Amino acid sequence: MTNFEYAPALESTAILDIASQYGLFINGKFVDPKTAQYFPTINPANEQLISQVAFAGETDVDDAVKAARNAYEKSWSKLSAAERGKYLFRIARILQERAREFAVLETLDNGKPIRESRDVDVPLAAAHFFYHAGWSDKLKYSGLGNDPKPHGVVGQIIPWNFPLLMLAWKVAPALATGNTVVLKPAETTPMTALLFAEVCQQADLPAGVINIVTGDGSTGSFLVNHPDVDKIAFTGSTGVGKAIARAVSGTKKSVTLELGGKAANIVFEDAAIDETVEGIVNGIFFNQGHVCCAGSRLLIQENIQDEVLEKLKRRMASIRVGDPLDKNTDLGAINSAEQLSRITELSASGDLEGAHRWSPQCDLPAAGFWYPPTIFTGVTQAHRIAREEIFGPVLSVLTFRTPQEAIEKANNTPYGLSAGIWSEKGSRILWASQQLRAGVIWANTFNKFDPASPFGGYKESGWGREGGRHGLSAYLKGEK
Amino acid sequence: MIVDGSESSLKSFLSGLPGVDQVGAEARAAMLATRSIKTTSKNWAIDTAISMVDLTTLEGADTPGKIKALCSKAVRPDPTDPSVPSVGAVCVYNDMVNIARTHLDSIGGQYIPVAAVSTAFPSGRASLAVKKQDTQDALDNGAGEIDMVIDRGAFLSGHLGQVFDEIVMIKELCGERAHLKVIFETGELVTYDNVRKASYLAMLAGADFIKTSTGKISPAATAPVVLVMLEAVRDYFGMTGKRIGVKPAGGIRNTKDAIKQLVLVNETAGPEWLNPGLFRIGASALLNDLLMQRMKMRDGYYASPTYVTLD
Amino acid sequence: MRVDVKKTYKLYIGGAFPRSESGRVYELKDAKGEFLANPCQASRKDFRDAVVSARGAVTGWNKATAYNRGQILYRVAEIMEGRTFQFAEEIVAMEGVNFKEAKAQVEAAIDCWVWYAGWCDKIASVSGSTNSVSGPYYNFTVPENLGVVTVFADQKSSLLGLVAGLAAVLAGGNTAIVIASEKYPLSAITLSEVLATSDVPAGVVNILTGYSAELAPWVGAHMDVDGIDVSGLSKKAEEEVRLAGAENLKRIHRFNQFQSLGRIQAFMENKTVWHPIGV
Repeated sequence: MTNFEYAPALESTAILDIASQYGLFINGKFVDPKTAQYFPTINPANEQLISQVAFAGETDVDDAVKAARNAYEKSWSKLSAAERGKYLFRIARILQERAREFAVLETLDNGKPIRESRDVDVPLAAAHFFYHAGWSDKLKYSGLGNDPKPHGVVGQIIPWNFPLLMLAWKVAPALATGNTVVLKPAETTPMTALLFAEVCQQADLPAGVINIVTGDGSTGSFLVNHPDVDKIAFTGSTGVGKAIARAVSGTKKSVTLELGGKAANIVFEDAAIDETVEGIVNGIFFNQGHVCCAGSRLLIQENIQDEVLEKLKRRMASIRVGDPLDKNTDLGAINSAEQLSRITELSASGDLEGAHRWSPQCDLPAAGFWYPPTIFTGVTQAHRIAREEIFGPVLSVLTFRTPQEAIEKANNTPYGLSAGIWSEKGSRILWASQQLRAGVIWANTFNKFDPASPFGGYKESGWGREGGRHGLSAYLKGEK
Repeated sequence: MIVDGSESSLKSFLSGLPGVDQVGAEARAAMLATRSIKTTSKNWAIDTAISMVDLTTLEGADTPGKIKALCSKAVRPDPTDPSVPSVGAVCVYNDMVNIARTHLDSIGGQYIPVAAVSTAFPSGRASLAVKKQDTQDALDNGAGEIDMVIDRGAFLSGHLGQVFDEIVMIKELCGERAHLKVIFETGELVTYDNVRKASYLAMLAGADFIKTSTGKISPAATAPVVLVMLEAVRDYFGMTGKRIGVKPAGGIRNTKDAIKQLVLVNETAGPEWLNPGLFRIGASALLNDLLMQRMKMRDGYYASPTYVTLD
Repeated sequence: MRVDVKKTYKLYIGGAFPRSESGRVYELKDAKGEFLANPCQASRKDFRDAVVSARGAVTGWNKATAYNRGQILYRVAEIMEGRTFQFAEEIVAMEGVNFKEAKAQVEAAIDCWVWYAGWCDKIASVSGSTNSVSGPYYNFTVPENLGVVTVFADQKSSLLGLVAGLAAVLAGGNTAIVIASEKYPLSAITLSEVLATSDVPAGVVNILTGYSAELAPWVGAHMDVDGIDVSGLSKKAEEEVRLAGAENLKRIHRFNQFQSLGRIQAFMENKTVWHPIGV
């Protein structure tokens, strides 16, 4: 008997042409930062330098906002809606043409498996532009009045977990509705946004319609507090989301927020077990668990707990952890040392508080940031790992006895972004999906995204929706 | 004992099985299809796949000459390369069993079993007496494996006991002499729920192998169907400690498809199933493609059909 | 000569009419500066009690079908109609307008109830959607209630602004705590008497009178409040509410139209449900 080993099937990085240093993308051109400062961005899978990226300070952000304001007044708002849409179509097409390049660069900068960047992030990003392109000249049908107006200059701050996809979620609707944009990518994952700037150049997008300022939290803060920004759209942690809400409390700025979550993934006794196990795995190990809507709290009906856990563990043993550029890799690198230490710290609290940790045998690479797929059983509602967002490949397993108990436990959190339901009984699924206080309910599936499907949270998971008709209202001034 | 063979015990056991979500099962199978196999693994996979082939001809036009040629190919798939392994079995109609057995024995292929399709293959529409006689004939002519079809009509109309009893009876005839493969014709069962139920029903009735299709109906051995059957043998092993084999048949025509099947086996039932004793692929054209890919791996350039033997 | 029997104006919490736990009242003068009444000056503890009552009523109010909620809101309009004279008299006294103008406002308020009543079972059709996702999934978005909403009623219009704020919140399936206009609180109290005798379940509406600016920070900071209508607050108080409300990301909105779909939508969440399509 031979072991059926998959040999490494590495995606080549030869397709990339990475400069040693990147400026800020302001008014259609790459410019040197007035701070004269650059910071490194590294590959989290091996800690090697990818490039040096400009650090935008207050003056740089101001330049970017001025460029956006100028473009809004002089070009973008003068363009007919249909023409505006054509630019978005162009961008969608160029993203498709250069999909491979984007996928490889995303995996390099973020650490996610190439299978995911290739099959999920990049195609979905292109789909978001394609979808919103078509909205541009149909806004009067969006249910927001006969002639809904854009806000003007939108400041957008995006996270590191889906760098290009979050850019698309933000930029596509903003442009389709006639706003101009200043975008701040995450500190650890600026690369695909900078490549996207090239796409905008290839698409001949008027200068200043999109401006990209790289930097850290301080850069984001300059953007949030800039007096000439009309609207802020942020995806990231609930802590920063609240800080933004406070920062704009005395202003007229409109705000949308996509924040954290601690989703319950509820498995009823009549679930289709094998597909449920796939859903559990996809729910928590997709993108290393760096997903705000991850199914991080597994709630299993007590009478099928043993069967589900046995199958889950067996399935977890087949998860392939390793080089993100390997097409066979299922679980890639943790995005940063900082995130790894947070995962490690929260997981340690699980041990301390008496939960039982289990991981399959897996060899982690020596360099880079890695965490094995992990589950904790014997978790109660009071454990930190049942309440706080770990944002890593760590699943907390709880049990319930009745459907009512499942819902009570699921809703017992300040978050309300997503939830999962696994059952073969239609009426139970509809009942549970009504009872769950969350913005996205996945029944017999998990972690599915689509530009036509509104996404966003209840409670402290945020304000507003992204995607679909509902997502447009974030970028238009409706009547109320 | 899990069931006592009665209609009611079968019904309650099979209806207690968890359902299969179509979209989820298909998504899982599609994800596994993205696994990339390279170099040494690929060499190993191609040879393993060759050894798993049930080299099949099930045509009305079959002649003794064709059967003999097939048997020669089964023993030595590539006459120019003795390192190519023999296939798993030769699969023929009942009246050709004797010819195949005799020829295999005469060319040094004693170790290759002859599989006979049985029980009024492919429709299964005959009296029980005829089905039994059909099987008995095959066994008497030297069949080492019986590929029986289930009565899909009985299954779909809920006469599970009848289907169960037929399998039990054929299994009794096979005894120690022959392995029993039970064909579901999954294209007629239509749903994955039915595939799962049929899998358990056959295993409980004594099947040594469960097999997707006759090859006469499309769709046949799709990846999700095989996935569901592999889950069934895996879980049945967990329940009973017995390993049942799986045989996809129909629609697996090239190396890429065959390797996808091996990936399915590896990641679903596990590496224990990756041998001809527990996994077979019913095919005819597949073998030549495997041989061509093997040449490509060996020689470093692409092969031509000219250099593999026609059936 | 008959001496009038004057009404004691009280709070409305959980279907009962308590006085403020603080025992405080404030002197309300009419448009001419004459004494009019001593409405309660609700305290933060009264507000806290109102939140408990409103939270307790959320589940029941949502269990009612949307059709049923629509009938209940319409019933409020019916009962108000019978009290048109009383509402108008109070408006005349507080606002100093003539009876005709006051009556017009009452009628507009009644019509406003009717308008929002009709929305209850249509909001999901208009505000929801089915979404064509790229895959074998059925995907739909439905609006759902937000939960407990505090309404700082419009300061300038005694009754109409109050009704617009309240009815929009109720139509969305929420329960409400209304902080009445400081200068014109009597309409709110009379409205609570209407609500008590209509079919609105206890706790679904709670009405407090007092000083908005005093209550605002407590409303903003209360962690069991989900949304706030700040239409009746000064800009300064609104900022305070927004600052405090950031702690649990309350949905905070100011409105400038009495009848608008946006007013209902502002206090609703959108839930998107995915399910595979298969056999």
